[in-house]
Amino acid sequence: MFGFGILFGLLVLPLVGAAFILVQRGEDEATIGNVRWAALATTIVTFLLALVAWARFDTGVPGFQLVETHAWISPEIAFKLGVDGFSMPFVLLTAFLMPFCILASWETITTRVKEYMVAFLVLETLMIGVFVALDLFLFYIFFEAVLIPMFLIIGIWGGKRRIYASFKFFLYTLLGSVLMLIAMIAMYWTAGTSDIERLLAFGFDPSLQWWLWLAFFASFAVKMPMWPVHTWLPDAHVEAPTAGSVILAGILLKMGGYGFVRFSLPMFPDASVEFAPLVFTLSVIAIIYTSLVALMQEDMKKLIAYSSVAHMGFVTMGLFTMTPQGIEGAMFQMVSHGLISGALFLCVGVIYDRMHTREISAFGGLTSRMPLYAIVFLTLTMANVGLPGTSGFVGEFLTMLGAFQANFWVAFFAAFGVILSAAYALWLYWRVMNGPLEKPALAVLPDLTRREIVMLAPLVLLVIYYGVQPQPILDAFAAPTEAVLRAAAPALEGAATALAGAQ
Amino acid sequence: MYQAIVFLPLVGFLVAGIFGRFIGARPSEIVTTALLVVSAALSWVAFFDVAMGEGPDVFRVQVATWMVSGGLAVDWAFRIDTLTVVMLVVVNTVSALVHLYSIGYMHEDPSRPRFFAYLSLFTFAMLMLVTSDNLVQMFFGWEGVGLASYLLIGFWYQKPSANAAAIKAFVVNRVGDFGFALGIFAVFFLFGSVQFEEIFAQIPAYAEGGEGPVLLGLSNVGALELAALLLFMGAMGKSAQFLLHTWLPDAMEGPTPVSALIHAATMVTAGVFLVARMSPLYEFTPTALTVVTYIGALTAFFAATVGLVQNDIKRVIAYSTCSQLGYMFVALGVGAYGVGIFHLFTHAFFKALLFLGAGSVIHALHHEQDLRNMGGLRRHIPFTAAMMAIGTLALTGFPFTAGYYSKDAVIEAAYASPTTAGDVAFVATVIAALFTSFYSWRLFFMAFTGAPRWAGHGDAVHASGGHDDHEGVAHGAHDQDLEPATAAPHEHHGHAHQPHESPLVMTIPLGILAVGALAAGFLFKESFVGHDWSHFWEGAIYTREGNTIMEDFHYVPAWVVWSPFVAMVIGFALAFWMYVRDKAVPARLAARHPVIYRFLLNKWYIDELYDLIFVRPAKRLGRFLWRTGDGKIIDGLGPDGVSARVLDATSWVVRLQTGYVYHYAFVMMIGVAALVTWYLVTGAR
Repeated sequence: MFGFGILFGLLVLPLVGAAFILVQRGEDEATIGNVRWAALATTIVTFLLALVAWARFDTGVPGFQLVETHAWISPEIAFKLGVDGFSMPFVLLTAFLMPFCILASWETITTRVKEYMVAFLVLETLMIGVFVALDLFLFYIFFEAVLIPMFLIIGIWGGKRRIYASFKFFLYTLLGSVLMLIAMIAMYWTAGTSDIERLLAFGFDPSLQWWLWLAFFASFAVKMPMWPVHTWLPDAHVEAPTAGSVILAGILLKMGGYGFVRFSLPMFPDASVEFAPLVFTLSVIAIIYTSLVALMQEDMKKLIAYSSVAHMGFVTMGLFTMTPQGIEGAMFQMVSHGLISGALFLCVGVIYDRMHTREISAFGGLTSRMPLYAIVFLTLTMANVGLPGTSGFVGEFLTMLGAFQANFWVAFFAAFGVILSAAYALWLYWRVMNGPLEKPALAVLPDLTRREIVMLAPLVLLVIYYGVQPQPILDAFAAPTEAVLRAAAPALEGAATALAGAQ
Repeated sequence: MYQAIVFLPLVGFLVAGIFGRFIGARPSEIVTTALLVVSAALSWVAFFDVAMGEGPDVFRVQVATWMVSGGLAVDWAFRIDTLTVVMLVVVNTVSALVHLYSIGYMHEDPSRPRFFAYLSLFTFAMLMLVTSDNLVQMFFGWEGVGLASYLLIGFWYQKPSANAAAIKAFVVNRVGDFGFALGIFAVFFLFGSVQFEEIFAQIPAYAEGGEGPVLLGLSNVGALELAALLLFMGAMGKSAQFLLHTWLPDAMEGPTPVSALIHAATMVTAGVFLVARMSPLYEFTPTALTVVTYIGALTAFFAATVGLVQNDIKRVIAYSTCSQLGYMFVALGVGAYGVGIFHLFTHAFFKALLFLGAGSVIHALHHEQDLRNMGGLRRHIPFTAAMMAIGTLALTGFPFTAGYYSKDAVIEAAYASPTTAGDVAFVATVIAALFTSFYSWRLFFMAFTGAPRWAGHGDAVHASGGHDDHEGVAHGAHDQDLEPATAAPHEHHGHAHQPHESPLVMTIPLGILAVGALAAGFLFKESFVGHDWSHFWEGAIYTREGNTIMEDFHYVPAWVVWSPFVAMVIGFALAFWMYVRDKAVPARLAARHPVIYRFLLNKWYIDELYDLIFVRPAKRLGRFLWRTGDGKIIDGLGPDGVSARVLDATSWVVRLQTGYVYHYAFVMMIGVAALVTWYLVTGAR
């Protein structure tokens, strides 16, 4: 209709909802209630629309689909949207997680509810935009603009040290993106277009690739985040409201990985092969280092944040193995981590709402009071540990399998993460849920409410479902992965020959 | 039928787990137990069909696809062969009996639906493990049983020691899984598949120098050795072999039926199963087999020595399990896979019997586990005593019991092996047999004979033990209201402290297992390890040409055949002397050799060592990386540092501008002076 496609609809819908909320007047209960319901309805309709897009999407085809182009800055720089197998699952994931965020904020956000909901809806538009943008500069705008609502969400509705956290978050991510912008301009000059589809086919000169790769890496590595530029994440998570953490862990962290697979790997294959050892090293350090740090955390959110960094280490490791299992596993790991960590943060939110603390030592023995919560939390803990039968396993297993093909030692050291994750995750579970219920404040905690069950149950079920049947998602990744590997084949062969020659 | 065998326990888990809170404890018990009994019955049908009968030897049952990625294709599928059906019989039989037994044993526990759900979950995972047709599904079962084990060890979650034991079990198993996972990757790297049939078909050609990928610059055989050793690391974790055994004794924190099912009969034998399943690989890796033999022999010996001095009835049996698993690995290591599995088969019966018997003792004494506080129980719980006697006879290898056939076969196979490792293993296993006999009879004599030592001891234990619903409730004084033992044995709170025999739901499983412990060896030895073994194992176990050990061990010298028997008699005589005749001897011995005694009592100090070299450093390192690495270095040089420098600079500028008026004035005057000077110097000429 009106020459606009379904992806454009996905971008506009949340904005319509935001506009509706903005015109609501008054601060009374009824208005606030309307605002909440409006936000929830908007996100649900957006999700349904995303499902329609998914239904129209053909996983067997490697190229971009549902493409639509609208005039924008100039003939070369257009407002072009489209999805392929890499981006479609993330569009779905974004749209899927949003209703849960609104639900999680239902009772906890009591100040400036209107602004809060607007921020989230704008954030949704921007996040979907990142995944559907098919123009370099359009991507850049979405990619950077995402920071703004997130910055506000942490800075306004966050915890005690929210100002520090939000500025740290902002500084870190902004620094990286300046370099990326320069690289993008260089690409535009060289190729004469900012159309991602055409850039993918362009074939940059290897010496230029080197610089471009580094510039993009600076931005994506911060977003991932990779070691050693990860320290903004724990602070941001700790201070962010629950829903902010869910989005941060569920979607924002995935933008770096998506960036790697959209730009670095297919556009700069030579540089990617060359820099793979660097990425491997940083990934393996991240896995072991942050797992050890997670072991000693005293704040639940910080612990999960550090474990997220470790899990993202598996992603970067998998991507640069240049094997089908590695790349598909990494992409799957991102989707799965979006569900698991999102749900884990919701879990923390559940008891935070009751006790207003996230200190691990403030809890203990909750199982006796909250048996349902115990089941949910245990399932998610096990998924976080990567137990087979949960989606966490599939990603970790495939990335390590891919890493093993690329380099034995990478897989060897990454596998230590398997041991350490069990240690920190189960220890957390023990300290919070098990043991005698001694603290008097905990003795009156109610179990999950109906709203919380509605919020957590779908996530838990999906985590298990995708653990047993990961194929729907893996299939989506298969075709574009093949395309990436085909593009990288000469570079890989070159590296193999060089290696053979050196021996 | 195979789907039913595997998935019925899953149904039980879901019913008890999800609806347990609504339908109540009794229906949960009945549903899970009934489903398991059906599953067990079907397993025996499968056993007689596939292993004993004329049914097809090896076949595959496809259930669904799991994941496909590039060249990797993993299915949910069953591989049915003799090895599988033997395991099916073991797992489901013991599991069904343990379910039944638990109805009595757990009678007082408020969260029985949860308990039965976990038991069924465990069974399902174990069945997935043994029926798997590929390594990844096996890993699913492998970790699944690990999860169930974690949940059941920590079943009394309010007890700190149970939590610690549960986490320890999971993490130590993960150390083994680390190897298992890498082993799977290595196999996939070498053969491009994780499916058994496809792997097995490629191994011989690759081992003999055929074309294939190069792993770490190793030769073909070297690459296979590495894969085999990595897989064995997984087996060591699950089967509690030396260095990765530390979790098993602690796992006794779980309810006793759990110990019988998981930590004696089934889960801990998964490692043995893995090596036997991968026999087509291990047959080409002599070094790996040597390692298996040595580790097995060392574990058999080590665990037996520790078992000599333990005082907790369950821990004695736990170390005994550990030791017997070592025997199984010895058999595998010398290439006698059939013998190893045969011992696994018989061991499941008599060890489950011993554990459930111990449970019956503990039940009778209201959760007293210390052997020093038992004694004279023979007269109070005669049936349990008889069952324990049968279990002990079978374990120590009394002629014509189950252990006699299987354990002696292991020892003979070790002797028959032409390798040095085999000789070492032979000596180690014979000595371990002596120890086994000693500690088993020591346990029996301490618990069942002599004067009772249990009156007045219960309270102390309850005070120091866990404070959970099940164990921690304070009991009334022990001396009063000595009702007849038959009266309401389950309303135990505060009365009836005369030891009482267990109810029928508990004694019937004991009886069935006792039959197995007596007859399993005699009935099945011809099939499992007889001269016609290859007919029985057809397609399930691979032996290379030149591996004739399954035949050779029948022809060892007579003294070899007699040696375990002699060891058993000596062990019995020593135990009889020290714990029936002259009870002062043990204390005297301990006093005379304090170093050895403490060394054994403290389990060779391995837990302490691990705490020192792994646990504490990991925590210290974690704290260091967090505070110093992230806090001081990364943040210090990064964002905080930058902002601090910016702040420094601005505050300096600020001070310069608006700071002290004097400074301002002073600087201004200097400026004026300079200006005037300059003017004078340049202008006044």
